[in-house]
Amino acid sequence: MNLTLRVWRQSGPSDDGRMVTYQVEDVSPDMSFLEMLDVLNERLILEGDDPIAFDHDCREGICGMCGMVINGVAHGEQRATTTCQLHMRHFEDGATITIEPWRAAPFPVVKDLVVDRSAFDRIIQAGGFVSVPAGSAPDAHSIPVRKEDADDAFDAATCIGCGACVAACPNGSASLFTAAKITHLSLLPQGQPERVSRAKAMVDQMDAEGFGGCTNTGECTAVCPKGIPLDTIAQMNSDYLKANGK
Amino acid sequence: MNHTQGPDIRDTKAPSGPIEERWEKRKFSARLVNPANKRKLHVIVVGTGLAGGSAAATLGELGYNVTSFCYQDSPRRAHSIAAQGGINAAKNYRGDGDSIHRLFYDTVKGGDFRARESNVYRLAQVSVNIIDQAVAQGVPFAREYGGLLDTRSFGGAQVSRTFYARGQTGQQLLLGAYQALERQVAAGTVTMHTRHEMLDLIVSDGRARGVIVRDMVTGEIERHVADAVVLATGGYGNVFFLSTNAKGCNTTAIWRAHERGAYFANPCYTQIHPTCIPVSGEYQSKLTLMSESLRNDGRVWVPLRKNDSRAPGDIPEQERDYYLERIYPAFGNLVPRDIASRAAKNVCDEGRGVGPGGLGVYLDFRDAIGRLGRDAVEKKYGNLFEMYERITGENPYDVPMRIYPAVHYTMGGLWVDYDLQSTIPGLFVIGEANFSDHGANRLGASALMQGLADGYFVLPTTIGDYLADGPYGDVDEEAVAEAEVKVRDKIERLLSVNGTRTPDSFHRELGKLMWDYCGMERTEESLRKALERIPELREEFWRDIKVTGTAEKLNQVLEKAGRVADFFDLAELMCLDALVRTESCGGHFRAESQDSDGEALRDDERFAHVSAWERTPGGPVLHKEPLEYEYVKMTQRSYK
Ligand SMILES: Cc1cc2nc3c(=O)[nH]c(=O)nc-3n(C[C@H](O)[C@H](O)[C@H](O)COP(=O)(O)OP(=O)(O)OC[C@H]3O[C@@H](n4cnc5c(N)ncnc54)[C@H](O)[C@@H]3O)c2cc1C
Ligand code: SF4
Ligand code: FES
Repeated sequence: MNLTLRVWRQSGPSDDGRMVTYQVEDVSPDMSFLEMLDVLNERLILEGDDPIAFDHDCREGICGMCGMVINGVAHGEQRATTTCQLHMRHFEDGATITIEPWRAAPFPVVKDLVVDRSAFDRIIQAGGFVSVPAGSAPDAHSIPVRKEDADDAFDAATCIGCGACVAACPNGSASLFTAAKITHLSLLPQGQPERVSRAKAMVDQMDAEGFGGCTNTGECTAVCPKGIPLDTIAQMNSDYLKANGK
Repeated sequence: MNHTQGPDIRDTKAPSGPIEERWEKRKFSARLVNPANKRKLHVIVVGTGLAGGSAAATLGELGYNVTSFCYQDSPRRAHSIAAQGGINAAKNYRGDGDSIHRLFYDTVKGGDFRARESNVYRLAQVSVNIIDQAVAQGVPFAREYGGLLDTRSFGGAQVSRTFYARGQTGQQLLLGAYQALERQVAAGTVTMHTRHEMLDLIVSDGRARGVIVRDMVTGEIERHVADAVVLATGGYGNVFFLSTNAKGCNTTAIWRAHERGAYFANPCYTQIHPTCIPVSGEYQSKLTLMSESLRNDGRVWVPLRKNDSRAPGDIPEQERDYYLERIYPAFGNLVPRDIASRAAKNVCDEGRGVGPGGLGVYLDFRDAIGRLGRDAVEKKYGNLFEMYERITGENPYDVPMRIYPAVHYTMGGLWVDYDLQSTIPGLFVIGEANFSDHGANRLGASALMQGLADGYFVLPTTIGDYLADGPYGDVDEEAVAEAEVKVRDKIERLLSVNGTRTPDSFHRELGKLMWDYCGMERTEESLRKALERIPELREEFWRDIKVTGTAEKLNQVLEKAGRVADFFDLAELMCLDALVRTESCGGHFRAESQDSDGEALRDDERFAHVSAWERTPGGPVLHKEPLEYEYVKMTQRSYK
């Protein structure tokens, strides 16, 4: 297949970016989206151009490092799929594809498609953990956990921290990401002692980072590669209200 | 490449006495650091995977002053995140006959008698605490209806001791360690530097005292000094270009430490994983693993006849060869990885492989779906099936998966003693980056166990004994400056060649060469060829590499070129090690050394040792660490 790519190029955080058009030929439908970009980049290097910078590592949809807005949709149109898991067989021969970085004020562009998502780490620092130093844990079977709770906690815990939810949200909210962690830990007995203080600290940090508020548009869950459900946000709000009610 | 032989390594610092008591003994003899002094002791931890993340968090909890580095934009993204199948622990929650001793026994045997008994026993002992720790952190392991933890069985074991979190065990365990780490960042005990790549080790007065790193965003070269350095930088499987490792996995940190004097042990021990999605084309950038847990319910087969091009569904039962079940009736589809991989290669070499190029075998769930129902299979493996379909466009509920072996894990790594300290005092190495516990073959679900054992429990104790003599005072300014200049020079050199080939094109060529000559099967001839070809290719690299851009900015081409340069040097040592070890053992299969059934044939007389390589100006020097087996009788492995 032959494709036209329109790609956001920005040489550094303080430079103005612009869309640049590239033609790519002989794309195999079995290629992944990132492999298609690899091929283009190899060519750019040989032509002495700066290749397109993008983040990636596992290329298996689990590290959360990759992420691009493809034709206006975070991670592209295929549902529940990270950019690295997207394959070219889902595109038409001759298509024009636009590729842009996540756009949100708390995620400044580093270069081209690479953004700074360290705000997510700071939200976790605020309280996304159980305070249990190594060596202090009781036997794993001392507290049974209902299978349903364990499964639901797992579902929330599968968030890969990619930031697509933020990129898709018209308000630039990080609610889905934050709620996923709060929900994961609040469903488990181990997460109970810090449940309320955790929700408060994490939500406050999210606000301090400059992420917008949630107005329930649901755009986040629609693009989330792990299908984190919207009702985690209700769980977060309820824990948060308890903190403020005290 | 010529080498010489140096003195044997006789003392690994393991305590003597009954094996059950050795770790207890070491814990007691390790000196403690006064809590008031801990803050003054500075430890650098490079890497935030299961090993580095858990170590940095734990050292922070203990009150040390920790600085941590990773090359990704967040510590949560370390390659450990991708581990799918599970983690072993000798909990014996099922009462199926498991015990610390059995996990120890299985690991020593699975490693084909090339691991140290003392280390493996400790690993089995500590495994139990890991599960407790992870559960307390909120790791959502799979559970049964009664609320207790579920387990499954993995290759090389006849008990069910593998704990798992659907197909995302590594992710959940790493997030547990990451969250503990971020908690320490918030507490001020750990300073985290993301998007920083370690490019050299600072050795001052014979001790590891710091690292030179490059800030990958600004290009700045920074020096960080400390009282001890811990490397937890993962494995080097990407020397083969195509592997199941994340794209950024590299050997740079351990290789440059090797250049500074740390011995490199068993570099040739590579694990080829039997169940990966086959290569689909020239552009292929990595290979995707299908968890070994699939072998619990999937049956591996190829057509009986050669070049049988019928669709799998059209091949009747009696014309299928379930070769693992046929050759290894006792373990069937659950034989250890090295055996399953080689068996797949053999049937493909016979011309019975399936899919493009005949490089694939079927992994079939038809019977499991018939027996358990589609829902049950989906519950167990749903996300793996989805992943397969996404990549290949085929639905494994209807058509059997096609799989082929791929490079997956490296048992070799920097040599460490019982305390996990390398031959450079003050340099500790943990996780996949060291060589310690898996011998010549790692069992499934044992890497996560080892990484977390090292990071949460072993290192925090043993490093204390070293730090008890600290703080170590000023660092020799000249040593720091020399390391910094060396790093700058290398970068300068890479940028100045301005040739005609990209880093990836060299990497692909090197990888292909390694796969062909130092892959699943090695011969004296293939290895000699590789040792001739690698220096030529390296020379071409330094003459013809093209790196665009500058050093003062984010430059992914430059990063890649630096890693490929180190892979060349490592590849050479791997081939030399493989050449010198004329026996077959575990993942290292020398075609000249096999029994009449084509199984790996060890030569315990000559090779019951660890090969620890020292790098000297006069060339590589081989030091042997003899291995002794007091508790597990050395036998030829049999899974029949
Ligand atoms: C697809 C896959 C599935 C697997 N499944 C299982 C399983 O089910 N069970 C099991 O037990 N094992 C499994 N393994 C093996 C296991 O995941 C790894 O061996 C283990 O996670 C390695 O952990 P680590 O902490 O040693 O290193 P890693 O997790 O690789 O972490 C390395 C760290 O070092 C950093 N780093 C590397 N180089 C540098 C540098 N130069 N400068 C700065 N930082 C650097 C990285 O940023 C990263 O933080 C699997 C492996 C793969 C590839
Ligand atoms: S909630 Fe979904 S979209 Fe948001 S960071 Fe997590 S995985 Fe990505
Ligand atoms: S590269 Fe890891 S999720 Fe895409």
